[in-house]
Amino acid sequence: MQRRRFTTGAISALAVLGLVVSGCAQASDSASQTTATPPPTTAAETSSAAGSSDAPTSSSEATGGSGGSSETTESSAGGDGLSPTSMSDDPKPLIAIVSKGFQHQFWQAVKSGAESEAAKLGVEITFEGPASESEVEAQIDQLTQAIAKKPAALGFAALDSKAAAPLLQQAADADIPVIAFDSGVDSDIPLTTASTDNKAAAAEAAKHMSELIGGSGKVALVVHDQTSASGTERRDGFIEWMEANAPDIELLEPQYGGGDQAKSADITKSIIAANPDIKGIYGSNEGSAIGVVKGVEESGATGITVIGFDSGKAQIDAINSGIMAGAITQNPVGIGEKTVQAAVAALQGETLPKIIDTGFYWYDKTNINEPQIQAVLYQ
Amino acid sequence: MSTAIAPVDAGPRKSSDLRGRLEQLLAFAGLIVIVVFFAIANENFRTFSNITAILFSTVVIGILALGTTFVIITGGIDLSIGTGMTLCAVMSGVFLINWNLPLGLGLLLTVLFGGLIGLVNGFNVAILGLPPFIATLAMMLVAQGLALVLSNSAPIYFSVLPAFSEISTGEIIPKVPNAVLVLLVLAVLAAILLGRTLFGRYTFSIGSNEEATELSGINTRKWKLIIYTVAGLFTGIAGIMISARLGSAQPATGQGYELQAIAAVVIGGTSLTGGKGSIVGTVIGALIISVLNNGLRIMSIPQEWQNVILGLVILGAVYADMARKRTT
Repeated sequence: MQRRRFTTGAISALAVLGLVVSGCAQASDSASQTTATPPPTTAAETSSAAGSSDAPTSSSEATGGSGGSSETTESSAGGDGLSPTSMSDDPKPLIAIVSKGFQHQFWQAVKSGAESEAAKLGVEITFEGPASESEVEAQIDQLTQAIAKKPAALGFAALDSKAAAPLLQQAADADIPVIAFDSGVDSDIPLTTASTDNKAAAAEAAKHMSELIGGSGKVALVVHDQTSASGTERRDGFIEWMEANAPDIELLEPQYGGGDQAKSADITKSIIAANPDIKGIYGSNEGSAIGVVKGVEESGATGITVIGFDSGKAQIDAINSGIMAGAITQNPVGIGEKTVQAAVAALQGETLPKIIDTGFYWYDKTNINEPQIQAVLYQ
Repeated sequence: MSTAIAPVDAGPRKSSDLRGRLEQLLAFAGLIVIVVFFAIANENFRTFSNITAILFSTVVIGILALGTTFVIITGGIDLSIGTGMTLCAVMSGVFLINWNLPLGLGLLLTVLFGGLIGLVNGFNVAILGLPPFIATLAMMLVAQGLALVLSNSAPIYFSVLPAFSEISTGEIIPKVPNAVLVLLVLAVLAAILLGRTLFGRYTFSIGSNEEATELSGINTRKWKLIIYTVAGLFTGIAGIMISARLGSAQPATGQGYELQAIAAVVIGGTSLTGGKGSIVGTVIGALIISVLNNGLRIMSIPQEWQNVILGLVILGAVYADMARKRTT
């Protein structure tokens, strides 16, 4: 009885495993299909297994041109360089992009920027990332698999740059050019980094906060986490600007909500309870900022200046309704575009600047409908 | 049927009832101690709005913990409640926004969907005999993935449906958010279910000695199936409450909520090895967690230390559970 139960259990576990595996296979299939948009003929070729056998040759040709600058490789690299037509004759070069996540609106916007740029430049991309931004190990696995595909170039946004160092070295040894994006990688291997200057952006938020509350009073910070570069830079940029320029503003101890809206709302309510005289609250990413808005609404407090970071429908609504004074937005679509552009430029042997600043914008009720701002907001 | 289990349980039940009361008293005393401590330490803690804020923040974890209490009393575990809640939140968006169903029907379907998740867990655990930890761990991943798939990895907003938010933030009783009432009503229902019905007696009986229960002619598999389904129904309600609060179904959150709910159950004196526990204890456990979170934030204790203190409280509860077992 017991044994039979065990075997049925084992069989069903195997069945589940089989389903999961086949599900994954389908998912990755559909992922590669969606990325290969423009000419359907090549898309069919590359999405099949044949792509993997073609990829290494094309990548070694291409990177030979970019890395060596020696004349011998020029003939094989198809040195006519920039012509996109010559690219689409061969199987399209694959740029594997490993991001910090994929389900957040922000990463979806980065992905769409990368996809549209890839379509424009006639390359193929894959885009993947772990389920949450704390899953360093899952990201390392994805990076390993991306390198194993022998892509022509690699786009990478590190959750933990030290943990990724050996893999990046492996990519460099295989002559795969690496483009870092979103946050910098603590390494010489990436040819360039396409990212927002988070510290400068947070300082801009601090400047607006100080102006809006008249240069004095208590200000609180609800930050999305205390270990990642984006969390610490957006916290420190804000704090440092305040310390240097607004001596009458009292900053409270930063609180961390993990970017979880409900948790950030609870944090905000306890901040308001502890400091009934609070003048302003800053939320350092989409989830934190929306959480702050919820917390202020639920507490019923008035006269608190809320400043957010990033974009999304709820933040745009909060700004239009006046609950949020304004926010800083990065340019996620631009991050995706610049990453692919830089990768293609590297394949064509161009030298790249050390950092590509993808920019940031302050937006509020007055400018939210301007085309320049609308272009960088994502819903 | 109830006479059938009498020989198994009747003897120890009386004394363990008394002991159970004492344990609840202990958890309750702990709650009072920390409330008094924070009330003295910081005057802002005592404000009415802060007290409702604490209750409000207990709602989602509290509802999840209510459902999990039944599962843990049977000696099982349900790791799928956090992401299951997220999946139900997404389903409420699918029903109400994408399919445009009437509010009542959409809510009913969402709760039933939660029950379906629980039913699958129950089938895997009770009928196929998979270990609950593994079966519900797998469901945790399935639910997380499905939540992303069904929502296209983007939040679903309820802004066209203002009545939906009223479920959480509206106030039938002035100054008390509806969410708090929902938690209260569900807690009373759960307490009746656990303490006053055959369902509750079998839950305890399975947890204290599954084999003996089976031998006394009770179909334990059937009842375990029902118990996991009940936990799933609570997951569905929690999904509604969180999406009503946020005005949107967020497909990427929810992981980690199951651990907080389990912590609330354990702090409330329910034994992870099964057979013991109470709904009152679980509510107190959930309150202890939110009071600690709130009080430590109000005192501006750095967050790193808040986690350390919460962890120590959980450890303390488990030590107490072990000490009890040694004395029995």
